Parts: sequence; C-alpha cells; structure tokens
Amino acid sequence: MSGDPAILRPYGDTTGDGMVQLSFTLPMPHSKIAEGAAAQLAAKMGMDPAMVVHAKAMGPQHTFFVVYGAVSHLVDVSSVRVVEHDYPLLSPKEINLAVRKGLRRRLTVIGGCIGTDAHTVGIDAILNIKGFAGEKGLEYYRELRVVNLGAQISVPHLVARAQAEKADAVLVSQVVTQRDTHLLNIKEMSAAFREAYPADRRPLLIVGGPRFDEAMADSLGVDRVFARGTTPGLVASYLVDELVTRRLAGNDPDRRSA
Amino acid sequence: MSPARSRPRPAQPSAALPLDAVTVRKARSLARQAGRPIVRLAQQHTTVSVERATLRLAGLGGADPDGTPWVNHLVDAVRADTGIEDGVALPVWDSLTRGDAADLEELARKAAVGSVRFRIPSGRETTRVRSAARKAVGAGVRRIDARRRERERLIRRWGDAPRTPWIYLIVATGDIYEDMPQAQAAAREGADVIAVIRSTGQSLLDYVPEGATREGFAGTYATQENFRLMRAALDETSAELGRYVRLTNYASGLCMPEIASLAGLERLDMMLNDSMYGILFRDINPVRTFVDQRFSRQVHARAGIIINTGEDNYLTTADAVEAAHTVTVSQLLNEYFAKEAGLADWQLGLGHAFEINPDVPDSFRLELAHALLARQLFPHAPLKWMPPTRHMTGDVFRGYLLDGFFNLVGAMTGQGILLVGMMTEAVVTPWLSDRDLALQNVRYVMNACGNLHEDFRPTPDGFIATRANQVLSEGIELLQQIIDHDRGLLDAIADGTFGLMKRPADGGRGLDGVARKADGYYNPASELLEATT
Repeated sequence: MSGDPAILRPYGDTTGDGMVQLSFTLPMPHSKIAEGAAAQLAAKMGMDPAMVVHAKAMGPQHTFFVVYGAVSHLVDVSSVRVVEHDYPLLSPKEINLAVRKGLRRRLTVIGGCIGTDAHTVGIDAILNIKGFAGEKGLEYYRELRVVNLGAQISVPHLVARAQAEKADAVLVSQVVTQRDTHLLNIKEMSAAFREAYPADRRPLLIVGGPRFDEAMADSLGVDRVFARGTTPGLVASYLVDELVTRRLAGNDPDRRSA
Repeated sequence: MSPARSRPRPAQPSAALPLDAVTVRKARSLARQAGRPIVRLAQQHTTVSVERATLRLAGLGGADPDGTPWVNHLVDAVRADTGIEDGVALPVWDSLTRGDAADLEELARKAAVGSVRFRIPSGRETTRVRSAARKAVGAGVRRIDARRRERERLIRRWGDAPRTPWIYLIVATGDIYEDMPQAQAAAREGADVIAVIRSTGQSLLDYVPEGATREGFAGTYATQENFRLMRAALDETSAELGRYVRLTNYASGLCMPEIASLAGLERLDMMLNDSMYGILFRDINPVRTFVDQRFSRQVHARAGIIINTGEDNYLTTADAVEAAHTVTVSQLLNEYFAKEAGLADWQLGLGHAFEINPDVPDSFRLELAHALLARQLFPHAPLKWMPPTRHMTGDVFRGYLLDGFFNLVGAMTGQGILLVGMMTEAVVTPWLSDRDLALQNVRYVMNACGNLHEDFRPTPDGFIATRANQVLSEGIELLQQIIDHDRGLLDAIADGTFGLMKRPADGGRGLDGVARKADGYYNPASELLEATT
C-alpha cells in the first residue's frame, strides 16, 4: 500500500466489500411485511444488498431486526473534521498521577452555591463521590481535596473559606436564573476574589450551571464556564491542565489576570 | 407474619463453603458491638424528618402553592416555638385539643402564617394530648397494616413470582406518565420487580415533593402520588398476568422516614435503604442518617417491605477485589441494624455486585467466591445481586457476555433478587430491545443451569473456598478496627476507615435537623413501631 488511502469503505472480510451490521426495532408486529420494511429501511440507509438475518417480536407491537449488508457510501478521510478540547481529557488515574508528580501535594477545590440559590444538584453532581452520568465526582480523586460548602453561601464566606483552606480552585454553581441573578452573583464573586488576592495568587475561578454560556468567562471575570452536560471528569481534567500541566510548562498564558 | 409464599426463597440452604461456625459467630458479634452504640445514639435523638413522618402517618399531606409541604410548615413552626426535643406530637395535639384548628391541615396553614403559638402541655393535660396524638398516628399505622394484608391477599389471588431469583428491572424516564407504560411493558416481558429510579439529587432535598411529577433529572421524583399511580398501574398488569409484580423505590437521603412511611401507606413492596450510603456517598450527617434510618426501618418492618442495601456502591468506587471485605462488613452491619429495627430475615435484600475487572485472572472464580460467601453468611436473606457497571463500555457485545457470566454466578449461588444487567449500561438508558435481549440472557442461563447449584461444590481447600475465607477474615479485621476507635463506628466513618471519605459526626448535611430528645419526648409513631420489634 502506498501511504494512507483517503477514500475508504467498511471492511467485513475482504478489502472494499463495504459490509456493515445494523440492529434496530420497528414499532410493528412481526410479519413478512415487517421484514420487508426492515429491508427497505436498510436500503434507504445505503445498504445494498441488505440481508435481514434476524427478526424477532419484542412484545405484541414491536419487532427487532439484525441486518447485514454492503453500503454504497464511501468515506473521505481527508475531509473529516473533529473538534478537539483545548485540554486533554484524562482518566482519574492520570489525574491523580499528574497532581502527585506535578504539585507534590493534594490540589484543594472548594465549591458551593452562592446567593440564595439552594439548588445543589449541579455542584453535588460534580463534587459528590456519587458523581454524574456514570462518572465519579471529584471527591473520588485521591489527590483532590474537596470542600463542599453546600447551598446559600455568601460571597465573603466563600472568599474567607477559600483563603483558610488555601484553595487552588473555587467552583460555584448557579441554577436559579431569575432576573439574571446568576450573572450578577458571579460578577460579585469574581470581583471579591480579585480584591482579596494578588493577581498571581488568586485561585482558579470556575462557574457552572445549565443557563451559562461557555463564552461568557471573560465578561464574568472568571477563568472558565461549564454549561449543561459537564461531567466531573471534564472539570478534573481542566483543573489539571490549568493548575499542573500549564504551570509546569511555564507557558501559562496570562489568562488569570483578567 | 406473612405467608412463606410472599418471600423470595433462597434457592438452597447451601453449605458449599467450609466456613468455620465460630468465625461466623465472631463476625456477627463484632457487628453487634460496632452497631449497638449507634442504636443507642439513634434512640437518644430525633430529627425533623422523623417528626414530619409522624405527622404524615397522622394523615397530614399536601403542600402550599409553592410546593412546600404542610408537614414542613408545621414542624418548622413548632420547632421555632418549642424546639423538637419533646417531639412535635405534644405541641401539635395540644394545639388541636385546645381548638386552635379543626384538623392538622388547617393548623399547618395557620402555623405557616404565624397565627398559632405552640407550647408543651404539662400535668394532666399531657395524658389527654398524648391519647389524641396516639389515636391520630395509630390510624396511619393501622393503614400500613391494612396495606400489608392487602399485599398478602393479592399475592394469594394473583400468584407470586414463579421462581427465584426475582427479576428486577428499572424504569427511569423522569415522567411518571411515561414510567407507567414502560413499567407495565417490562412486567409483561417478565419483570417480577419494577424499580423507579429517583431524580438525581432528591436525596439532598429536605422535603418530599408533592403530586404527580413529569420532570426529573435521570429519574422520577419519589412522591406519594407517583407511588400511588405506579402501584395502581402495576396492580392492573399483575391482575392481567396472574402474578403480583412488586414495586421498588428509594428510602434514602434526608427524608428517609417520610418516604418509608409513604411507601407503607401506598403499598410499595421493596425499598432501597442502606445504613451508611447517605453518609459516605452523599455527605449526609452521620447522626441524622442513623436516626432517620432506624425509624424508616421500623416502618419497613411493620409494612412488610423488603429492604435492598447498597453494597454495590462500595465496589463502583473502590477495586472490587481489594474492597470485597468492605461489602461483607457492610452486610453484617446492615443486618444488625435491620434486625434491631424489627426486620425479619426474609426482608433483608442485602446487596452485592459483579464488579471485578474482567481482565483480572480468575475474575469469575473470585466473583463466585464472594457471592457464595454472602449466600452462606446470610442463608435466609434474599440477597440482591447487582450487575456489572464499572467495566461495561461501549462494546455492547462484550458487555452482553459479561452479563451472561453475571447471570451464571446468580444461578450458581441462589440469589433472591437479580437486577438485570443491560449491555448498553454506560451508553444509553435501556431501549426496548436492550431489555428484551437482557431478559433472553437471564432466561437462557436460568433455563440452562438454574439448578447447577445442586451439583456445584467447590473443593474444600481450593481457590474459591480459600478466597471466601480470606474475605471473611479481612472483614473481621476491619470490624475489629472499627471497634478499636474511641467512639467506634462514628470515629471510623470520620477518619476514612471505609477507604472512601472522611465524614465527621459533626459535619455533612442535615445536622441542624437533629435534636437530642428531652426527658419528656413523646412520639406515638415510635411508641407503636417499637412495639412491633
């Protein structure tokens, strides 16, 4: 072979055979018609010829199919575009190792909900060992020390605890968004931290919540905004990238004096 | 006592492992030593949720237009005037017998706007107030008794699950009106038990939401109305199928006593209820948890509800080989606390899970050893066997094989309740086809070797027997370590003995809702439930 071919087809057992397997359920009773319907769907998906190799009733109203066949589509690898994170996604093991080696102490994270917001669902999903979406929360990471302050924390209290705990990062969650209270609360919080710390000592400020836009970080005066669907692993990977990897590399772009 | 047929029978009183009877007795006695001070602590305290549960048993339900339940309004108001140290029954029924309001709801409405003042009655008044409170709360307890008899009657009429293990399936749409048809479909496909997963974070709410709910995060809120709707839907399907399909929910978190009471009132059949889960995994205050838990278990005992404990959680956060003995210790503690609260062996769905990394050599033999150990330590309990989650990946084909091996261990060790594993675990919430394929997997294994335990005897000094004994002795060491702490289990939880989290007795959520009982403390619910024990 000369180099990597840019145009590919799926591989069953022979180069270029284009074979794929597919399974799905149609909401209709099992019959010859149902099998024909499955073949029709496969054909529309570009499988030709399509073999319905298995059809089984799943209850009175549904039928499950397994279909094998060759697809007519080609894949152009040279035109594939993927979105990369601006930091690498690490496993818990890698995160612990990076902190132990890079920081030589545990990394302290403090978190809570500020203002009158009593919704701790978000902060707990990220911090509690129970976690979220099958991922364990930050408490699970041996090398992260987590202080979860819970709900309705005042900004001065948050700053004082951050100083007392020597926090490396502060996580704030805001769920309630009436009259943009979430934005005002965060601005108040980031201003308080800027006032209380010299620019190079300030902990990393991270906010999250379902109604935040990830592009808002600068206008809110924080380092990072996480939106809906954020998992603990994403946050932990970001912490390591920002507080360990970049610091060690010495190429910390001056994003923390914002 | 309930008839034998309404219990999941262990398939065989297996004596497959050569466990030393003296060692087993020692393990139980250490668990008792570790647990007894905790029971005393629970007896000496009450919580806002215990008091709210008492009012719920007396018939107070509903919420204000903002969704704050009347029980919260009333307990908060009493607490502001008299504290909860004496229990809310005395001030509440003192107020009612003096004619401040016609009934509990009216009193709660008045209390919410601050138009009543509460006091602790004294002298001869106390007798009259106590008797009024006992009568009101007793009606609720009798209703729980009636629901239990109703369950037994329906099981006689419709028939019970045809075999063990009972097949346990989950629904989790977040919308009770979607959950109902899904649960009915799952029952028709063969489920003996339906569990409705709760909305993420409900365990941290210090109130029970009200009414039928249609929006939850990754699950559906536990509310009295949702309980009622789902039980009615399953009754309909049970009658159609000719077997009683059981319903499961969660008595965990800050409102354990209330949710347990609602479960008893709405004839739920099983409840997840672990002694330490909330402390370790949800950072709920240890004292709050133990007090709430004892009350909730007393309710479950009375209601004929089977509890399911949460030992699977230890294995999803720690290595399943290294942490195997923590499961055994937790089972022993759960058993002690459960029996102390009045639960019988047939009500103890002690948990364990198939979570060993499949790349570990002999992983299947290790799983078999751990499952046999649990089976033999608790021969009369309907153990709850939980499927792999941690080592399930997007490779659904490999996952299907792993679930097959999980089912095989279940068959070989006579598990009472089998939570059906889904090959799409960690990929999507189960599709219709996933559930059907998963049930085919279970049926194949049970049909092919459901009676294999009759032939299967591990070699007395072989790998499996040795491993089981090793786990048991590590468990005994851990129990000894717990007892060696100054304040036993509380200090052990505080200093991270469980290898997970440090949870000090004065930290965590819900501590402000705990009060030490005064000498004159009175709670008719506790009085009636203690009598069950």
